[in-house]
Amino acid sequence: MIVAFDPGVFLDGIAFVLDNPGFILEKTLEHLALSGASIAVALAIALPLGIWLGHVHRGSFVAINIGNVGRALPSIALIAFGLAFFGIGFTNVMAALVVLAVPPILTNAYLGIDEVDPDAVEAARGMGMSPLQIVMRVELPLALPLVFAGIRTSSVYVVATATLAAFAGGGGLGDIIANQAGYRLEGVVGAAMCVSVLAFGVDWAFALVQRLLTPAPLRGRLPGLEADAVVGR
Amino acid sequence: MIPNFGEGSECVRANRLFCWDWARDHWDDTLQPRLVEHVQLTAYAVGIGFAIALAAALLAYRFRWFEGPFGAFSALLYTIPSLALFQLLVPVTGLTVTTVEIALVGYTLLILFRNILTGLRSISPDVLEAARGMGFTRRQTLLRIELPLALPAILAGVRVATVTTISLATVAAFVLPQGLGQPIFDGLRTYFQTKFIAAGVLAIALALLADAALVLLGRAITPWARARRTA
Repeated sequence: MIVAFDPGVFLDGIAFVLDNPGFILEKTLEHLALSGASIAVALAIALPLGIWLGHVHRGSFVAINIGNVGRALPSIALIAFGLAFFGIGFTNVMAALVVLAVPPILTNAYLGIDEVDPDAVEAARGMGMSPLQIVMRVELPLALPLVFAGIRTSSVYVVATATLAAFAGGGGLGDIIANQAGYRLEGVVGAAMCVSVLAFGVDWAFALVQRLLTPAPLRGRLPGLEADAVVGR
Repeated sequence: MIPNFGEGSECVRANRLFCWDWARDHWDDTLQPRLVEHVQLTAYAVGIGFAIALAAALLAYRFRWFEGPFGAFSALLYTIPSLALFQLLVPVTGLTVTTVEIALVGYTLLILFRNILTGLRSISPDVLEAARGMGFTRRQTLLRIELPLALPAILAGVRVATVTTISLATVAAFVLPQGLGQPIFDGLRTYFQTKFIAAGVLAIALALLADAALVLLGRAITPWARARRTA
């Protein structure tokens, strides 16, 4: 049966956030700590590996397919698995989020570096650059849009998925969203708004970092929210 | 009087990591029906989402101004946490499959819309010029040139949308006891490991299988792409 939708629930959600600033802040910080730690670990694993594979032009099958497999993993199933192996809490959820965050970063870093114009790399080599210099000063700057598209896809995904941490005692805003009985629909809506704002904020922050790292001649317009960076591969 | 709940096997009573006997005994009454429901939830969502996204993408392809509003609308939907969107829709459409499907369809829109539009826009203008030169009408150009050439990008979108929907449909069980999410949430609530591991494995296997099946389907309906690869 269709009942009229009450848009007032959004106002109630905002009111919930404003009425409980301390509590919302506490949960938001938990959410950020969990997402931040997961993204940091994923970056430390996936970025060097993707860049290296792209630099030596090897392992394309693994690098591309890990992205596809990773995207296919249902998040709540991963968190349930983590529960059996790591027990309840932060570590379990973080491990699951890292597994979800690695594939897009790895695949995009690989593709970005792999597809840099070979002539540019050849020219750099001719100028006497070392392999490390070639990576840092030629390949990475040119691959930056794709590399960052991967990082941003991943981080938005992690922030949104960290909501499910509530089912494994990982804390964060999911504690409110998964507990309608305790906080009512207005709490759910308020906390969900916080997650959305957080996701947009994290995406925007990485876009800013991308802009700062991009050499001036390559700077275009600030790109929009990336849902899925790699289209059609 | 204490009701008799029957005896679980030794493995089930000890709540070991995984009990094969439980999975075997409950395949028919729990796992298999939930798996079928999961496939149905996903198929409907991707099917309806595809129809809406295709129409929107064709509109945006013809009238450029339409891209901005629809893109922003679908991006906004995409950032709402699924756990919240399902609950938010319950007061509107009740505890029904409709509630779940509306949310699932919403999440497929951004991916499908972007991929279809990108596929259409990446066609070389020379090809379109040639079609016009051969006297193709607009409709003929769309059906015989543009859509077939955009097919690889469209299929890539359908792949991502399908696996994403399989994942989100698991979360839907939080509001509606359907699909593989039901045994997962139930297992988590009662901390019965075999239950959530069995359903979790099935959900992952379903996603990987669907992904592989769509790759094969893509190869079968775009034979020219393979010819180019091997050439």
